[in-house]
Amino acid sequence: MSGAAIVMMLVAMLVIWGGLALAVLNLLRYHGEEPGEVRRDL
Amino acid sequence: MAGHPRPATPTASSAEEAHRGAFSSRRVFILAAIGSAAGLGNIWRFPYVAYENGGGAFVIPYLVALLSAGIPFLLFDYAIGHRYRGSAPLSFRRMGRAGEVLGWWQVGICAVIAVYYAVIIAWAARYALFSFGQTWGDDPNEFLFVDFLQVAEPGLGLEFVPGVLVPLALVWLTILVIMLLGVQRGIGAASVVFIPLMVLAFLALVVRSLFLPGAAAGLDALFTPDWSALADTGVWAAAFGQVFFSLSVGFGIMITYASYVGRRTDMTGSGLVVGFSNSGFELLAGIGVFAALGFMAQASGLRIDEVATDGLGLAFVAFPAIISEAPAGQLIGVLFFGCLVLAGLTSLISVIEVVISGVRDKLDLGRLGATLLVGVPTATVSVLLFATTTGVPILDTADYFINQFGIVLVAGVSVLVVTWVYRDLPDLRAHMNATASLRLGRWWMLLIGVITPAVLGYVLVQELRNALEAPYGDYPAWFVNTMGWGVAIGVVVVAVVISLLPWSSRTSLDTPLPLADATRPVRKGARQ
Repeated sequence: MSGAAIVMMLVAMLVIWGGLALAVLNLLRYHGEEPGEVRRDL
Repeated sequence: MAGHPRPATPTASSAEEAHRGAFSSRRVFILAAIGSAAGLGNIWRFPYVAYENGGGAFVIPYLVALLSAGIPFLLFDYAIGHRYRGSAPLSFRRMGRAGEVLGWWQVGICAVIAVYYAVIIAWAARYALFSFGQTWGDDPNEFLFVDFLQVAEPGLGLEFVPGVLVPLALVWLTILVIMLLGVQRGIGAASVVFIPLMVLAFLALVVRSLFLPGAAAGLDALFTPDWSALADTGVWAAAFGQVFFSLSVGFGIMITYASYVGRRTDMTGSGLVVGFSNSGFELLAGIGVFAALGFMAQASGLRIDEVATDGLGLAFVAFPAIISEAPAGQLIGVLFFGCLVLAGLTSLISVIEVVISGVRDKLDLGRLGATLLVGVPTATVSVLLFATTTGVPILDTADYFINQFGIVLVAGVSVLVVTWVYRDLPDLRAHMNATASLRLGRWWMLLIGVITPAVLGYVLVQELRNALEAPYGDYPAWFVNTMGWGVAIGVVVVAVVISLLPWSSRTSLDTPLPLADATRPVRKGARQ
């Protein structure tokens, strides 16, 4: 692989998978009210 | 919001939610939404779109599209479903009388997609089995179109292909059982099982592909940047189109799913997780697919651009060739086609739920009645059209037109109507911010009200120009007019007709109370 291809692959991984990790962390840290076990299905 | 109906009481709203069904937790909702977004297009479309549009440089327009249009539109859909607590038709009806047409237009698009989407899952299931014996032999292309699908000239025929009929019937049986089980026990439970399984299987496929000889050359072709592509507006349109189609936004799915989420759930945080998960899976698919294509190119002595392809060609021609050549090819086959089946099933579930949910709300039917009323005719049409020798040209044409002139158009019209006719964006933004971990600023309204319709309009005009310049796919004009334009326009006509029919008297058309009011204790004498 060329250097440019390796760099762009790492950038894509870092931004997209890093963004996913940050989004999950944000969700875990936010203590908004969860609907809990609603079990309202018919 | 001028012209809005009288708000319902919290009690009425809760009873309605109990009747419609709901996801038991935010985690289940997120998995279901990821299952809907991560479909066949992530695996067989994204890698080739990225490769064709600048390779590594495509990362830049892709991220811009994701952050400026994809995720904002996802949150727009969430806001509508979560605020108005109904299927697409009911949510738009609660927004305004004429809005209902938009909802049924989205339902109609989902019905069309469901009819043909199921047969691709059936093909993938057969190919997973074919992988063991590499039944396609030396010429996967001829095997696919001549031996397996027995493709005839474009037209309508009733010559069934047993090899497609049986797995297609099984796909529909599976879907009907899941839908009959309901929102949590059916859709939610299937997502909780299928999504982790799909991700694990695809990870295994990627690891196997990366150790094939020639994999590095494939990744080099995918990620080598062509910076000149950034000056091409077509590349930017491709990025916005990929993000838009990939996220399952604009045609009722996310509205429907969001209506099944608890009223106090953080929707913006959930949306970010869904949006980045979908892109993360696409990136994984790109790495796995191009590593395998790199191996194929090396094994056959061809260049990457001679083997790189997308869609049916990638899944049912290129991958069988890879499976035949690669060490432990059977494992690759089972993992790849197994992932296609799982990705397809979770997306099909979400598509058919849009229709079931709309019918349930309109007629106030139970889960059993609505599922049978929607599922049996849909499955019947699907089998009659696509288990036959004439199924492939119909699928190809209907898929193109319903995507380009159905989804893009209804999405564009929806944002324009909600923004400029009902002027509902401030209310939707306030609703999302009431429980948001990440608050939406005025920038969100600008992206939804101005940028998104402009981009969708550009994509639509480009495709319209292409479609009018030459008949799609070299099919006869009557065929394109019937299966292409006819389907796309017919959906709108049917939507108008259904929107004129009365709602069940038991379905409340009142707008649910705003979140802040709904959670405040109701005082005696307060407005009921």
